[in-house]
Formats: sequence, structure tokens, C-alpha cells
Amino acid sequence: MNEFHCLILSAALFAIGTVGVIVKKNIISIFLCIELMLNAVNLAFIVFSKDLNQVSGQIFVFFIMVVAAAEAAVGLAIAIVLHRNRKTLNVDDANLMKW
Amino acid sequence: MMDYLWLIPLLPLMGSALNGIFGRRFPKPLISLIACGSVGASFIIAVAAVTRLLALPPVDRHVVDTMFTWIASGDFVAKAEFLLDPLSAVMLLVVTGVGFLIHIYSIGYMHAEDGYYRFFAYLNLFMFSMLVLVLSANFLLMFVGWEGVGLCSYLLIGYYFHRRSAADAGKKAFIVNRIGDVGFMLGILLVFATFRSLDFTAVFSHISGDPSRFPVETGFGVLTTVAILLFVGATGKSAQIPLYVWLPDAMEGPTPVSALIHAATMVTAGVYMVVRCSAIFSRSPIALGVVAFIGVSTALMAATIGLVQTDIKRVLAYSTVSQLGYMFFAAGVGAFSAGVFHLMTHAFFKALLFLGAGSVIHAIGGEQDLMRMGGLRRFTPTTHATMLIAALAISGIIPFAGFFSKDEILWSAWVGGHPIVWIVGLATAGLTSFYMFRLIFLAFYGSERFPEQARHHLHESPPSMTTPLIVLGVLSIVGGFVGIPAWMHLGPNQFEKFLEPSLEFTRTIQTAEPAPGQELTFAGISVCVALLGIYLAYRLYVVNPAASDDLARRMHAPHSLLLHKYYVDEVYDAAVVKPVVAGSREFLWQGIDVEVIDGSVNGAARMVQNAGSLLKNVQNGLVRSYATWILAGAVLILLYITLR
Amino acid sequence: METSFFYLLEGIAFIAAIGVVASRRVFYAALSLIVCLCALAGLYLLLDSPFIAAVQIIVYAGAIMVLFLFIIMLLDPFTATAYPDKRKRLIFFGTTLGAAALFMIYSALRSYDPARAPHELLRPAGSIGTVANFAQSLFGDYVFPFEATSVLILVAIIGTVVLSKRQT
Repeated sequence: MNEFHCLILSAALFAIGTVGVIVKKNIISIFLCIELMLNAVNLAFIVFSKDLNQVSGQIFVFFIMVVAAAEAAVGLAIAIVLHRNRKTLNVDDANLMKW
Repeated sequence: MMDYLWLIPLLPLMGSALNGIFGRRFPKPLISLIACGSVGASFIIAVAAVTRLLALPPVDRHVVDTMFTWIASGDFVAKAEFLLDPLSAVMLLVVTGVGFLIHIYSIGYMHAEDGYYRFFAYLNLFMFSMLVLVLSANFLLMFVGWEGVGLCSYLLIGYYFHRRSAADAGKKAFIVNRIGDVGFMLGILLVFATFRSLDFTAVFSHISGDPSRFPVETGFGVLTTVAILLFVGATGKSAQIPLYVWLPDAMEGPTPVSALIHAATMVTAGVYMVVRCSAIFSRSPIALGVVAFIGVSTALMAATIGLVQTDIKRVLAYSTVSQLGYMFFAAGVGAFSAGVFHLMTHAFFKALLFLGAGSVIHAIGGEQDLMRMGGLRRFTPTTHATMLIAALAISGIIPFAGFFSKDEILWSAWVGGHPIVWIVGLATAGLTSFYMFRLIFLAFYGSERFPEQARHHLHESPPSMTTPLIVLGVLSIVGGFVGIPAWMHLGPNQFEKFLEPSLEFTRTIQTAEPAPGQELTFAGISVCVALLGIYLAYRLYVVNPAASDDLARRMHAPHSLLLHKYYVDEVYDAAVVKPVVAGSREFLWQGIDVEVIDGSVNGAARMVQNAGSLLKNVQNGLVRSYATWILAGAVLILLYITLR
Repeated sequence: METSFFYLLEGIAFIAAIGVVASRRVFYAALSLIVCLCALAGLYLLLDSPFIAAVQIIVYAGAIMVLFLFIIMLLDPFTATAYPDKRKRLIFFGTTLGAAALFMIYSALRSYDPARAPHELLRPAGSIGTVANFAQSLFGDYVFPFEATSVLILVAIIGTVVLSKRQT
């Protein structure tokens, strides 16, 4: 299979995005890493779509993008609210739900 | 009438229920009517039933009235069945007759009490239990009655429940009884395991019909074990060594209770049970030996204690223990019908003695100490006369009832080849007459030692109390005539003949052939010993009262030992009661209940708490750690998929 | 020739992704992400998906990332992450788990062989990424999800407005 290296890249991007979600403290950085993970998945879908000669992979990528857009919008709104209320973007400070 | 045997126990039960539930609102005459009426009706039905029994030929005198099947489980069937045969007929008449008289007496004695209805409710309940006990046709129903009388004894001893000593005495009676009941229950279980049935006729006919399997045992066979276990129960109920300690304390109850339960009926349940199971006992020389030994030693020991007691009821209590010892050692030498005969005569004169003592206490305004009585015969003539009759009867003076029964027991001991038992029994008879007449002389003769204010109160008791005394007095005179022994050449011993059908499965114990005229000699010896006791009492308490105090002072150590009842109660307290209480408190309560049971329950809760406080750290409010957990879960799933 | 383009674009994407995670300033992280997205768009192009490539540039890199940049500029872009990290253990765990995830995805992928796919899924070879093809499929087989996403977007808009309103 000749696009295996793309799949490796997809896996690598996904892993990097995951690590980033856990490691970063700024909430917007976390959102960026989430977008990275979504894009990794998009890449994988496109590769499979080409391999299997289906167009439904691309359809799915389309929908993923739509959802990513919606989620980004809402997530950034949350970031704004967090900044407004707590004056900080450090996600560790959003700990009022602590036991 | 035979189909109506069940009415005999049932009528007192209904009386008890009526008085118990509604009695608080009834007027006293109504309560008395219900209580005495039910027992009186039982007595009439009992008389009618026994009359019908006598109309049957002796071999057929065995009537069974089945009420219902109580337990039917596999091949074990236990019915609620009543048996009327000569033995239970004797017990039935004694229980209902004497019981009825005591109920009448209680009307007068208890008339000022607050819990009048409660007293009669308990008394009727006791009658019900006792009648179930004597009429039952199998071990199980007898045990029901056995336990019932124990319960009623507790209720009635503790009748004055706001008195600490009375409540304690009731508890003591019940607990000591229970200890004996363990043996009784084990005996019943062993009977069932051996014979697969608990019916008397079935078990006893089985034993006598199979001599190869149930021979006369030389060692500790099945029959011996059963007999000894049953006897343990009898020592508890009938106050023999070692479980007699409750009976003197039971005098805390009202005097009619002492008369009925602790003289005439309940304590005789043990004797009845041994005689009923004579088929078992007669085939086990070891068990018979145990019974005789305990019986005669209890008789002697209790008589010695009774010599020095000052409370009038205590003297009578120890006298009861001693006389019960007589009945048991009669059974122990194989003279079962003699034991029952003494049971019957003892019921008459002991009940009379107790009721008379109650009359004395009532007259003198509540005083029970003999040392503070004296010279009462002027004030209470009827009581004095009847008590004198009873004392003569218990001492075994001819022709009163006690002579015939006691003499027969002593004679059976001699011809049965137990000379030592005979000697001890004879000595006890002397002691009996001594302490009994000491009581009579201290109470009715001599100087008047009671306080002045009691003098105004002194009066003879009302007819409701004196009539039973008179009736019992008559019975104490003529009651012995049903058992005139054969050697008096007035015909065979009617009582013994009457009881024969009940003892058909009993093995007859071999007795030596008496030389002619020997019986007369021995009877004469017993009467002389009794008269000697009376004379000694006369000398020490009427002629020269100071001499008795002198004697007590000079023999201070033995006197003190007897006065403190050989310190048996203290020994039991130290050896048994205190360790049990300490063990219960330290081990069972603190150790097991608090630490183990509560500890495990609390420990489980604490474990949950600790787990919770460990787990709460997951909820630390950090988004990133939540994300980490999610990732960890996802990795685990991936792991599972790749490794599958 | 084609393969070298592949490797080039892959390299750019990889480095840019590292840049997203490793940047101290969030603004630079966003810019790195834009580079990564553009590289990915190039990859889509090479993988016979021109439409998706175009949509990636226009929507993803052009709209979503611009939105990100707006918010970043709004909320203090250059003070970054001077926040001290109290959670050292988290970094360790996160990296480990990410590596584990990577390893597992790789081992799962190793057994991938498109020739073993069920035959009815395979269409004749040809260009499947054309716009016409795409549109036919989207408005044909997948019209319901298409309409559902419009609802989704509506909901997202309402949610965003509600969330960011100032409580007066």
C-alpha cells in the first residue's frame, strides 16, 4: 500500500495532539491541539477514501470540518467567558468543581 | 366424659385469659368467681372422669383423648393427646382438688392486693400448664406443660415485682429451672433418637417388649443416659441437689403460691415424670442409684438446714425439699407407687402447712419471723388445730396420712437391700418431726414475743381461708387410708393395686422376703423416732426456751453453717454466677458484640468512607487530568483490540 | 517526483504540529497550526481530493483559524504561559500515554491491506474526488446528515451568542 506513510503521519499528528491537550495549560492552546487531532483523523479518512475508491470518506471529512467549526466557535466562547470571570486563561484555575 | 378430657385444662386457660385481658375492669367478686369457678369446674369434670375410669376393668384403664395432630413431619408425628390412666388420675385429682382449695383460700388472703386480677390470671394459667403436664400422653406435650409451669412460677414468685428481692427470686427460679431443662430436653431428644417416637405408651411398650435390645443395663447404656438426663430436669423442677437453691428464695411470692406451686403441684412434676418413665428407670440400676442417692442426701441436707431457720416459710420450704427427697429415693429403690402415695399425702399436709402459715402471717400483720411469734393458739384456734394435724401427719405419727406413706418408703428401702438409705431416711424423719414441732411450738405456744400493736390486729382468719384449712386437715387424717399396707392384714394395698396398670411396663425390682412381724417392728421404730423428735422440740422450745439458745451458742460453728444453708448460694455465686456474668460482659458483650459485630459493621462503613476519600481525588477539578483519564481509557481499549 | 512532494509536505506538517505543542506563545502555536493545515491541504490534493483540499483552505485555515486568531488577539496573546506548571506528573503521563497511543495505532495499521476489503465496497478505479462526484454523493446518499449539520450550526451559533453575552 503506497500511502502508508500518510497513515503514519496521521497517527503521529493524533498522538502529538493528544499530548498537547494534556500538557498545555492555556485553554486556547488546548483547543488548537484538539483541531490538530481532528485534522489527523481527516487525513486518515482521505487516505482510506483513496484506497478503497469510495467518496464517502471525503463526505465524512466534510462533516468533520463542519463539526469542528461549530465546536471551535462554542469552545472559544467558553474561553471568553472563562477569561471574563476568572481573568485567566490557565485551565488549572478553572477548578471550582473540585471536591 | 372421656371425650371431654380436654376441658379440664382448657377451663382454667379460659379463666386466665378472661381475667388477664379484662380483669382490670372487673369487680373483685367477678374475678374470684371466674378463677375459682373454672378450677372448680375442672375438678368436677376430673372427678367424673376418674369415676368413669374406675368403672372400667383395671386392664382397660388407659384412656386416650386426641385433640389434634400438632407436628407431622416425615415419619415423626406428635399429637396433642391426653392420657387418663391411674397415675395421671391421682395427679389430676390432687392438682385440681388442692388447687381449688387454694383458689378459695386466695380470695381471702389476697383481698387487699392491687393486682388481684393478675394474681388469679397467673394462678389459672399455672393450673392450665400443670394439667397439660399431668394429662399429656407424650414427652413433647409434657414438656410444654413443664415449661409453662416454670413460666408461671416465675410470674407468681415475682408477683410483688416492685420488691427487688422478689424479682430476683423469680429470675433465679426460672434460670435454675432452665438449667435443669437442658438435661430434660437432651433426654427427650435421646428418646426420640432411640425410639423414633415420643408417645409414652409406644416408647414404654417398646422397651418392655424387646428385652434383647433393652436389657437391664449394667453400664452406661442408652436407657441409663436417658434416665439420668431426664432426672437432671427433675432436679431442677423438683428442687433436688444441686438445683434446689431456687425454692427457698421462692418464698418471696405470696403464700398461696408457695402452697400450690412449691408444695403441692409444680415441684412434684419431677416425681411424676420419674414415675411415668419408670419403665426406663427400672431397667437401669445406675440411674436408680443416682436418683436414690440424690434423693436421700437432699432429704437429709434440707432437714438439717430447716432445723435452725427462723422464717416460718423458709422452714416449710426446706421441709418441702426434704420431703421431695423422700419421694425421689422411694423411686430410686424401686418403690414407685410409694413415691406417688407420699406425693399425694404430702400435697395435703404441706399445702395445709403453708396455708396455715399464711393464716398466721395474716393474723399477726405480716410478720414472718418465728422468733417474734408465740402463744398464738389462743387467738387463732382453727389455724392452730389444723397446723397441728399437719405437723403430726408430716412427722409420720399413726394414724395420720404421713405415717402410711413415709413408712412404706422406709420399708421399701430396707427390703430393697439399702440399709444405709434406710438409716439416713430414718434420721431425716426424726429431724423432720423435730423442726416441724419446733415451728409449731415457736408459733403457737410459749411466751408471746410479738410487738404490742400487732395484738389489736390479732384475729382468726375469715372463713374463706379457714375452710380450706379444715378440708385439708380432714384429708391429712384420712388420706392415708387408701394405702394401708398389706401387713396390717386389712386387705392388699389399695393404692398400689390402683396404680398397677400405669406401671405395667416397669420391671419389678427384686426385694428380700421379710421375716414375719418385721414390718410391724420397723413401723414401730419410725414412730418412736418421730416421737423422740417431738419430745426434743418440746423440751427445747416449750419447757425451757433458753436451753435452745444455749445450745445454739455452744455449738456455734455448726449452727452458723446450717443457718447460712451450708453457704451453697455463696459457692454457686462465686463459682458459676460471677464467671458467667464476667464472661458475658467481657467476652460476649465487649469482645464479640462491640468489637467484632459492631466493629465489622462500623468497619465496613469506615472502609467505604476511606475508599471514598481516596477516590475523591479523581475529582480534582482539573480539566487536564480528566483528559488524561479519558486518554488512558482510550489506550486501554486500543490495547485490548490490538492484543485480541 | 510525486513521492518527494509527499515527503516534503509530510515533513512540513509534522514539524508544524510539533510547533503547535512546543510553542510557548499561543499566537505562535496558532500560526504553526495554520502552516500544518496548509500542508495537509496539499496532501489532500495529492491524494485525489481536490474539493476537500479547497474546503480545508477556505473553511479550516481561512475561517476557523482566523476566528482563533481573533480570540487570541482579544484575549491577551503575548503573555503566555508564564503560568508555572504545578503538574509535572501530568506531563509525564501525558507523554507516555501519547506514545502508547501512537504505538498502538501503528501496530493496528500494520495489518492494513486494502485488497482485503469486501468487494462491493470497491468502485472501479477512477477519479472519485471530483466535485461532481462529491456533490452527487453528498446530496444523494447523505442529504439527511447534511441537513442535520445545518441544525447543528444553528445550535452552535445560538450557544455561542448566549455564552458570550455579558450578564448585565
